[in-house]
Amino acid sequence: MSSGTLFDKIWNQHTVDDSDPALLFVDLHLVHEVTSAQAFSGLELANRTVRHPELTLATVDHAVPTTGRGLGIRDPLAKKQVDALKDNCARHGVQLFGLNDPRQGIVHVVGPEQGMTQPGMVIVCGDSHTSTHGAFGALAFGVGTSEVEHVLATQTIRQKKPKSMAIEVDGDLPPGVTAKDLILGIISSIGVAGGQGHVIEYRGEAVRNLSMEERMTVCNMSIEGGARAGMIAPDETTFAYLKGRPAAPQGSAWDDALEHWRTLRSDEDAQFDAVRHLAATDLEPYVTWGVNPAQSSAVTGSVPDPSSFSDPAIREAAERALEYMALTPGTAITDIPIEHVFLGSCTNARIEDLRAAASVIAGKRVIDRVSAVVVPGSMQVKVQAEQEGLDRIFTDAGFEWRDAGCSSCLAMNDDVIPAGARCASTSNRNYEGRQGRNARTHLVSPAMAAASAVAGHFVDVREWS
Amino acid sequence: MKPVKTITGSMVPLMRSDVDTDQIIPQQFLKRIERTGYGEFLFDSWARDEEGELRPDFVLNEPARANASVLVAGRNFGCGSSREHAVWALHDWGFEAVVAPSFADIFRNNAINVGLLPVELDETIVNRLAGLAASPQETVVIDLENLKVVADGFDETFRIDENARNRLLQGLDPISETLQLESDLKDYEARRPGWLPTTASF
Repeated sequence: MSSGTLFDKIWNQHTVDDSDPALLFVDLHLVHEVTSAQAFSGLELANRTVRHPELTLATVDHAVPTTGRGLGIRDPLAKKQVDALKDNCARHGVQLFGLNDPRQGIVHVVGPEQGMTQPGMVIVCGDSHTSTHGAFGALAFGVGTSEVEHVLATQTIRQKKPKSMAIEVDGDLPPGVTAKDLILGIISSIGVAGGQGHVIEYRGEAVRNLSMEERMTVCNMSIEGGARAGMIAPDETTFAYLKGRPAAPQGSAWDDALEHWRTLRSDEDAQFDAVRHLAATDLEPYVTWGVNPAQSSAVTGSVPDPSSFSDPAIREAAERALEYMALTPGTAITDIPIEHVFLGSCTNARIEDLRAAASVIAGKRVIDRVSAVVVPGSMQVKVQAEQEGLDRIFTDAGFEWRDAGCSSCLAMNDDVIPAGARCASTSNRNYEGRQGRNARTHLVSPAMAAASAVAGHFVDVREWS
Repeated sequence: MKPVKTITGSMVPLMRSDVDTDQIIPQQFLKRIERTGYGEFLFDSWARDEEGELRPDFVLNEPARANASVLVAGRNFGCGSSREHAVWALHDWGFEAVVAPSFADIFRNNAINVGLLPVELDETIVNRLAGLAASPQETVVIDLENLKVVADGFDETFRIDENARNRLLQGLDPISETLQLESDLKDYEARRPGWLPTTASF
């Protein structure tokens, strides 16, 4: 048998029809309220049914309130959208984690947490951050609503096979440099379109040493480097995380699964279409200064001069970005004042993220002019954090402690950052208007966000005491 | 989906790189559960000021552009969020094709599924077309059958995936196509290992 990459193996194992583009079987279809209503309508208009409701899992996350849930959803449009998902799931026999379900949360937090995300699977969702699930050695990618309808009807997806890219991260991450900094560093190095048309496999010592939650942070932002998907080969860390979760195999089924999972790695002589190397030891905590996730600087650096970019398109983009962000070239990153801190999103709202942030602020206070909010990634993360007493650390410091959802990552609910305000955010996108019209977003790690809430400006967490 | 064969019309140049789908259709317009009615919100944050008034200096708002059908854009067009609403908004506004040096993967798939033609040409060639598009009167003809983009003094061949081309030309419904492979699907389903997860666990 010819050798292949992890990606090749999963692709081949899921091919129902090998024409070009190929038809792939989808092991898990994740669904949320914003990109599914039109797909269900289309399905019903054509008198079709959901082929595999038991391989479909829905949750509400994008447009739901993170406070005052007992009162329901006040926004009539958001309510209609959430109700539509409830009706659609009931009509088609799809499991839904609704607004008041203790398992509700961000779709990319919930899948792994419940053990539905497993190695070697093909997972799709009408959401670009589906790449998160690649952390388990699954092939997971975002699709549009027409494709959601196709998956509902057929449990398959037709895709042109992407190319493969290996990103080898040599050495180990220095202290104070997190998985978020690793992926921001990678995106800064390859650019926002560097991964276009490729599935990235993250490899190397620094990647092997990451926990599952850290791997999810890395894979989550693969799309911000333009990649179709990101993945990490499963290993003992993966298996230990999965064992005992509600949907994980049990007894002899666990042994069968494990036997298969251990085959899921790129062969020694596998050929990637592209290979990039990165030295983990060169990485620092990063802060974005612009309006795309590649526009970042080390916290020790400063806002760049657009004229320093030779590519005219990149230079022009930097000029526009600085105008939107109201930043002057040469300003030290640590001199940028902030007014808001958002600790949340499918990138950085798992228990380890909350622990990292809590350890930075324990016994300290959020500075007066900063409004700081924690939105756990799921209600289960929230409960666990409360059992560990993290909620007290946050509220004692002056953070608000909310219910789970996407919240200020994309500001579809009431959690909108005001125009002109500057927000240190643990989310994934610093696009213009992403957190609210004319809001200014700086992407950082949870520890960096927490420290900035106390200081009122960015600080190097490596020097935090 | 209606077949797409030849598109003839005037152009709108929007030569920014990495235009993300959050710009094409901002999040506050994603709560509707219909596929239509997004055109008026296209590029909302660029097209309207804080009071919601149209900005006369935004290219899409120039009266002479009102009937344009081809958007000429910068590289990596449609990056970011998978929201198909971005394609619906462009289509609703009246665009039938977007010409750019490159497209983000999900956007390209969505465009093909909706019937908005993604036309990829080298950056220098797109820049030349954008120069022509500066004039709202300039007409372009995009011929999907022969993969041609033709305007005044401009005659270029573009590339598109062969399968996508056929689907657009014939206006095929991909779900019907797949459902014809019922026996392949059944075979595959029978081969799946029993330990794979299902929501029956909940």
